[in-house]
Amino acid sequence: MKASRAARWAHWQERLILVLLFASASVSVVTTLAIAISLGVEAIGFFREVPLIRFLTEREWTPLFAIKKFGILPLVCGTFLIAGIAMVLAVPMGVLIATYLAEYASERVRRVLKPVIEVLAGIPSVLYGYFALLFVTPLLQKFIPSLSGFNALSPGIVLAFMVLPTIASISEDIIYAVPQSIREASLALGATKLQTTFRAVLPAAGSGIIAACLLGFSRAIGETMLVTIAAGQMPNLTLNPLEPVQTMTAYIVQVSLGDVPHGSLEYRTIFAVGLTLFLMTLIFNLFGLFLRERFIRTFQRFA
Amino acid sequence: MEVVTAPKVEPEAVRRRRREVLMEWLFLASAWVALLLTISVLLAILGKLFADGLTRINWQFLTSFPSRRPEEAGIFSAWVGTLYVMFLTAAIALPLGIGAAIYLEEFASRNWFTRLVELNINNLAGIPAIIYGLLGLQVFVRWFRMGESVLAGACTLAIMSLPVIIVASREALRAVPVSIREAALALGATRWQTVRDHVLPLAIPGILTGTILALSRAIGEAAPLVTIGALTFVAFLPKSPLDPFTVLPIQAYNWVSRPQPEFHRNAAAALIVLLALLLLMNSIAIYLRNRYQQRWRI
Repeated sequence: MKASRAARWAHWQERLILVLLFASASVSVVTTLAIAISLGVEAIGFFREVPLIRFLTEREWTPLFAIKKFGILPLVCGTFLIAGIAMVLAVPMGVLIATYLAEYASERVRRVLKPVIEVLAGIPSVLYGYFALLFVTPLLQKFIPSLSGFNALSPGIVLAFMVLPTIASISEDIIYAVPQSIREASLALGATKLQTTFRAVLPAAGSGIIAACLLGFSRAIGETMLVTIAAGQMPNLTLNPLEPVQTMTAYIVQVSLGDVPHGSLEYRTIFAVGLTLFLMTLIFNLFGLFLRERFIRTFQRFA
Repeated sequence: MEVVTAPKVEPEAVRRRRREVLMEWLFLASAWVALLLTISVLLAILGKLFADGLTRINWQFLTSFPSRRPEEAGIFSAWVGTLYVMFLTAAIALPLGIGAAIYLEEFASRNWFTRLVELNINNLAGIPAIIYGLLGLQVFVRWFRMGESVLAGACTLAIMSLPVIIVASREALRAVPVSIREAALALGATRWQTVRDHVLPLAIPGILTGTILALSRAIGEAAPLVTIGALTFVAFLPKSPLDPFTVLPIQAYNWVSRPQPEFHRNAAAALIVLLALLLLMNSIAIYLRNRYQQRWRI
């Protein structure tokens, strides 16, 4: 019966397509597993030779020198120092800009300013590194003569403008999403626009804005080329932003560009560092996503 | 006759009102300081870049290989590598991304697996690029034995671009009205036929826009490709996907890391070419989006 054969063929085609589509969707789950496994396998090999406690507490990082020290603290410190400087600048600016754009700016102003901020997000990080090394550092050296050519301050400042679009854009969406009823209630009780913004809208948006900052911070600690170019290649356990430091990401680049034999202990260090970085960004990302979900759920009933 | 005078305004209210106006002015001024600072930084970056590198761009620069002498060095291998990697990345990422988006939007039921996939996609979007580089190094370069090749680089960038492509494709699919699907199903089409012949064609422009934006992000990335072994001094053109290669951002990084200012000029010129490429891609994406918005007359 021809009709039924055609129908059966269409049925199997439908099934096959479903399997292919399902496989495509599973790639994302497979990717996360692959990241965990590929980092984990080499990292385990590393930790068989270097005990975890030494990795976490030793105060020097010199795996490529003759006398090898494997303390990750200098790299973590360099990463957080630069990211910290960036956040100190980016959070106030980002929240201010987001509040202004969401609550006060006219449609015309927003239409012009939003793309400008988006452009900042699209600039390649190598260009940011170029700018930090050849413009910002010499400029700062005019005011701070003791600033070394490679330092943490210059990439920190430039990194602030790199994460600013992330913080500003997510915060603006959050503030925009605060239900109108909250503003109306505040104004009806006699508050001014400013009081409404700062005492009703922003507190309501609080968890969402924190989520934006966490995601921005995660982006900051994961940034690679900017800090590799402008911060230097010297692991340095210091809080002084005028000195050269090396971040976790810059170290991975340094080893990748060198000729370190595969399977050696030095090769495995990039996976140990990578795993540390991955776990950190994972924690910040998941917490940020969780807070954003909670914000959306809290205000769903007002929609 | 009594003169009626207005009641005396309380000075307290006047003080409060004046403070209120001052605070509002302070807030708006700070917001604008932040905005102007941001715009100035953007202008400074572009200004410094063009001042340093624009004059270096000429035919010789675009068609020469890197060299130890800065006047003779060029970006031939770099921009060819960039285009090669970009097209290969698109070829790998598009089917996977669109397939995943179609599955999640049209076929999947809301069960734990779907939620797991969505959580994964959101999480993968936030993972630093260099982690993808380490993934590519282990999985593509070593386990799949692709070597430090264009193919390994393209696979790595494809995996990195997937979350953005999937999210953009889902948005495009969601924008197609439900009535189109219902009409097709009512006429006897299977679910896949509905998607393939009715929903997908209408969603393609939106999908393309999202893909182009994802790719433009990928070609600006140097970190993952450095990790999988892209070289910084490549004096040949990659002929097959299994050849070693370099890309524009890596070449620029290599030059900016050298002490000689002539190499810095080369780096600036290479970055200008990269920016031109990004601008071209984004313009195409915006053009597609505008054309797509006009098509919607249903």
